[in-house]
Amino acid sequence: MSVLEVRDLSKSFAIGGALRRQHVHAVEDVSFSLRPGTITALVGESGSGKSTVARLIARLYDPSSGAVFFGDEDVAQVRRRKDVLRYRSQVQLIFQDPFGSLNPVKTVRHHIERPLRIHDIVPSSQVDDRVYELLETVGLVPAREVADKYPHELSGGQRQRVAIARALAVEPTVVLADEPTSMLDVSIRIGILNLMLKLKDERDIAFLYVTHDIASARYVADDILVMYAGQIVERGPVEQVLAEPLHPYTRLLLAAVHGERIADRGSGASAAVDPVEGCRFVSRCPLAIPVCSEVTPELVEARRQHAARCHVTAPAT
Amino acid sequence: MSAIATKTLLEVRGLEVEYGRVRAVDGVDLDIASGETLGLAGESGCGKSTVANAVMQILRPPAHIVGGSIRFQGEELTGKSNEELRRFRWRNVSMVFQSAMNALNPVMRVGDQFVDMMQAHERISKHRAIVRAGELLELVGMDKHRVRSYPHELSGGMRQRVIIAMALALNPELIILDEPTTALDVVVQREILQEVEALKRDFGFAVLFITHDLSLLLEFADRIAIMYAGEIVEAAPAATLAESPLHPYTQGLLQSFPPLTGPRVKLTGIAGAPPDLREPPAGCRFHPRCPHCVPENVALYFRQTSERPRLREITPGHFVACHLVDA
Repeated sequence: MSVLEVRDLSKSFAIGGALRRQHVHAVEDVSFSLRPGTITALVGESGSGKSTVARLIARLYDPSSGAVFFGDEDVAQVRRRKDVLRYRSQVQLIFQDPFGSLNPVKTVRHHIERPLRIHDIVPSSQVDDRVYELLETVGLVPAREVADKYPHELSGGQRQRVAIARALAVEPTVVLADEPTSMLDVSIRIGILNLMLKLKDERDIAFLYVTHDIASARYVADDILVMYAGQIVERGPVEQVLAEPLHPYTRLLLAAVHGERIADRGSGASAAVDPVEGCRFVSRCPLAIPVCSEVTPELVEARRQHAARCHVTAPAT
Repeated sequence: MSAIATKTLLEVRGLEVEYGRVRAVDGVDLDIASGETLGLAGESGCGKSTVANAVMQILRPPAHIVGGSIRFQGEELTGKSNEELRRFRWRNVSMVFQSAMNALNPVMRVGDQFVDMMQAHERISKHRAIVRAGELLELVGMDKHRVRSYPHELSGGMRQRVIIAMALALNPELIILDEPTTALDVVVQREILQEVEALKRDFGFAVLFITHDLSLLLEFADRIAIMYAGEIVEAAPAATLAESPLHPYTQGLLQSFPPLTGPRVKLTGIAGAPPDLREPPAGCRFHPRCPHCVPENVALYFRQTSERPRLREITPGHFVACHLVDA
């Protein structure tokens, strides 16, 4: 049972002048769903489109085509302020940069109070108690003391916890975490990942965890989506995908992090500009066959719940 | 190993660096032998980059060396004149910075930047220098015709390769890599590090590899030193450090990287955050985060919170600064 479903989502950005207009296909035909109480990792290198997916779901961008279903409503079509507000209270976004996402002249209390009041979560008389409760949930204790601090008085890890408490304030069913640990010191990253694990269990939240770090994805996630050049190239249960990857790109990524010798003169995983038909990975692929340059592969479920976009390892039947 | 390979190249003793009144590096000892890769790991703000900048003698005010010595091939570097240092840099020690990708001049062709650097150090014709630049680019896995490119025409990984090629140009004995691949994707990161390893085998230079990513060092370094709050808390051969880390901070760091294989176990990381160096904790600087520092253990607790542990050699080549090991 899914709480949020993304269907054939695409987003392209225009670049160049009016005469030489081109389109970057940042996100192309992306489909997946998020389930309550599970963490879905969206893994990819810089420029692969993973953050754009999170931003499309959070409605920071309008999709070029495709739909985001929350319940049975396509939220990409929702326009009325009241409905947008209701959606935002259900789907929260946590950013990479805990230094930029908090207002430096406001206290921690202010940041957490605001969503409580805007979305009318609790009566005014209970706001303070709820603030303390939320701070305790994310491990910021003593809560009364922390509430009156300013962002500059907190470490990076503590700031990210404030951002998470703020996201939780509106009691969301979906949390989109966009590289929430990549700007933190290594010794405190695990703490944030453990917090996500705890919240998924205790609050039945559906997480989308956007990251470039496969090892951390394995640590927290139930399912994994691998993105390359704007497309999801592999999808499945995390253990299954990492143990027996289907797509050659996933294999390359894993070889790189496993410390195997790799021979690849790759140009990165960036989104394609005005792509022609064919597999986006073909120029780097050791398995390529003629059809790969001619037909864009579909995401095909080659094993149970485990799909890949590859003519060779996951051929369409 | 031959006698030459074990000769000490760089010897840092009791190095102290202050930024205003903040002591960022407080009594650091380091040795690097010829041809060796020494990894220096720690979290942001622990002073690891400051150590590199001190070795390179490129600290900018308010940062300045307040104590200790840095000897390169037996020669003291602190107190050298600017002209002497100018000759020393690039020729004896070169450095690849964290943001090296942005260190290239955007309005100069890559080849001309090589020419500039080489002509500052030796008499070489422009034509010769360009040819040499092309050869160096090929060494780092690029097309030699890229000497004609401008930096914006290159990807981040290629720009980083250019910088590494420049660092090799004058055949230095030591190359300092300060987070050389942090901004790059994993696949490119691995390719570049593989190439540095191969070049090191061919040229025999030593490497000081600075990074927050301990897992990279376990693979690429011969020895690893761990820094915390301006001090070296543990140093050992890479394999020893991986198998039997003695300092609780090192143990915590190793516990902070989720594994890609084997059972999925719950990790703990390290509680708390690195200290504010304006007011470093008394005694052992790690004690507020140390799981083994508890008031119940009265005598030890007193030492941990009042006495600074010294770096001591526990087994040959394995140094650690921790009261637990003393006890």
